[in-house]
Amino acid sequence: MPIIEVHDLTKRFGEFTAVDKVSFSVGKGEIFAFLGPNGAGKTTTIKMLTTLLAPTEGSIRMDGADPTADQDAVRRSFGIVFQDPSLDDELTAWENLEFHGVLYGVEKKLRRARIDELLKLVELDDRRNDLIKTFSGGMKRRLEIARGLLHHPKIFFLDEPTLGLDPQTRNHIWDYITNLSLKEGITIFFTTHYMQEAERAAHRVAVIDHGKIVAQGTPDELKAQTATSSLEDAFLALTGKGIRAEEASGQDRMRTMSKAWGRK
Amino acid sequence: MLNAIYILWLRQLKRYFRSKSRMIGSLGQPILFLVALGFGLGPIYERAGGGNYVQFIAPGIISMSIMFTAVFSGIEVIWDRQFGFLKETLVAPVPRYAIMLGRTFGGATVATIQGVIVALLAMVAGFRPQSLILLPVALGFMFLIALLFTAMGTAIASRMQDMQAFPLIMNFLVMPLFFLSGALFPLQGATKGIAIAATINPLSYGVDALRGALVNGTHYGFGTDLLVLTLGAAFFLGVGSWLFSKTEA
Repeated sequence: MPIIEVHDLTKRFGEFTAVDKVSFSVGKGEIFAFLGPNGAGKTTTIKMLTTLLAPTEGSIRMDGADPTADQDAVRRSFGIVFQDPSLDDELTAWENLEFHGVLYGVEKKLRRARIDELLKLVELDDRRNDLIKTFSGGMKRRLEIARGLLHHPKIFFLDEPTLGLDPQTRNHIWDYITNLSLKEGITIFFTTHYMQEAERAAHRVAVIDHGKIVAQGTPDELKAQTATSSLEDAFLALTGKGIRAEEASGQDRMRTMSKAWGRK
Repeated sequence: MLNAIYILWLRQLKRYFRSKSRMIGSLGQPILFLVALGFGLGPIYERAGGGNYVQFIAPGIISMSIMFTAVFSGIEVIWDRQFGFLKETLVAPVPRYAIMLGRTFGGATVATIQGVIVALLAMVAGFRPQSLILLPVALGFMFLIALLFTAMGTAIASRMQDMQAFPLIMNFLVMPLFFLSGALFPLQGATKGIAIAATINPLSYGVDALRGALVNGTHYGFGTDLLVLTLGAAFFLGVGSWLFSKTEA
C-alpha cells in the first residue's frame, strides 16, 4: 500500500514546463531517492507534494489525502528538511524546536520530552540554549532533522540533506536517516547529488530529467538497465554528461541586498 | 490555533529584545525630529500663537515611530522568506490567517513598546501628558496604530520577493503618510489639498486620537478615530490573510 501516490503530475510556469506528467509511488517505510541534475524538477515536485505549490495538472495522494484539497491533513503527515536552511537565527536551538512543536499542536508534556529526546539523538543537547547564528552548517542541518521529526511525521522529506557538509557529518546524517526508517518505520523521500549516498541508503530510486521521469527501480535494477557498475554511472548514462546551467536566483540577489541593509 | 498565534507573537518579541542595535537605532529618528523641530520651530510656532510646540508634536512623533516600526515589522516577512524561515511556517498545519494574526500582533506589540519608549524620551524633552486617566486610552490607540501599519506592511511584503522595492515603500508610502498626517502641523485651518490628503490618510486619525488623549481635544473626534483605525486594521488584516493564503514558496 503506497503512502505517496503521484499521477501525471505537471507544473508549468508560463511557457516553461518544470514538471511534465510525472508518475511514481512510494511504499510505506521505504527509503526513496529522487535524483536528477540541477533544474530537473526535483524541488518543484517536492514543493507540490508538501502543499507549497499548486500543481497545474495531475493528482497527488499523501497518506490518502490530497495536498490541494486537504492541506492541513497533508501538512500533519510529513516533516521536511529544506534544501536551504530554514531555522530562525535569532532563536536558540530549543526555541526553534519549541516553536515547531507549538505550531504543530504537540501537547506540552509530550513536546518537551520529545525535544529532549531529539536533541540527544542529533547530539546537540549541550548546545540547546545557544543561538542558531553560532551554529555550523552541519549543526544546523542536524537540528533541522530533529525539528522535522518532532511531530512524529509518517513521511520525511529531505531535500539535499548533506549538501555542503564534510564526509564525517554526511555519514552521521545517513546513519540517523536509515535508523529512522528501520526503527520508526518512517517513509523517507530524499534528493541528493551524491550518488554513492543514494546507492547506499535508498531502497528505490527515481531519476528525473527535464521534468520527466527517465527511470525508476532499485539501484541494482537501474545499474542492470544501463549496464553500468555504479549508480553514478547509471545516472550519467540516463541523464547525459552535459553540464546544466544553474541560474542565479532572486535569493542570491536578496542576500546581497540584505548585506547592504546591514542584516545578516 | 491560539497557540500558533501566541508562538508567532512570542517569536517577534524575542527577536526584538535580542536585537538591541535595532531597538536603539530606530530611536534615532524620532529623537532627531523631536529635538530639531520641537526646539527649532518651537519659538516660531509659539509666536504664531500655537502654544508649546514640543507639546504639540510629541504625539505626532510617537505616532511616527510606531508607524515606522510597524511597517518595518511587517516587512520582516521578506527576510523570513530570504532566510527560509517562512517555509517552516507555511508547511505547518495552521490556517493562514493565524500566521497573519500572529505575525501582526507580534509586530504591533513591538511597535507599541517602541512608541512607549519614544513617549518617555519625549517627557525628558519636556513633554507632559495632560491627563492620567486618558493614558490607557492613549495606549489603546497606540496599539491600534501599530496593528494597522504592521498589517499593512505584512500585506505589502507578502507579495515581495526581495528588498528591491523597499526604498519605493519608504519614499512613496511611509514618508508621505507621516508628513501628510497632521503629525507636524495642526489640521485646523490647513489648506484644502493638505486637509484632503490628511482625511484619506489613516495615520491622521491615529495622531489625532493620540493628541486628544495625551494633550487636548481631537480634530475628528475619538469616535471617528476609533472607527477609522479599527476598520483600517481589519481591512489590512483581511487583505494580508488572503494574500498569505495565496503565497507559494
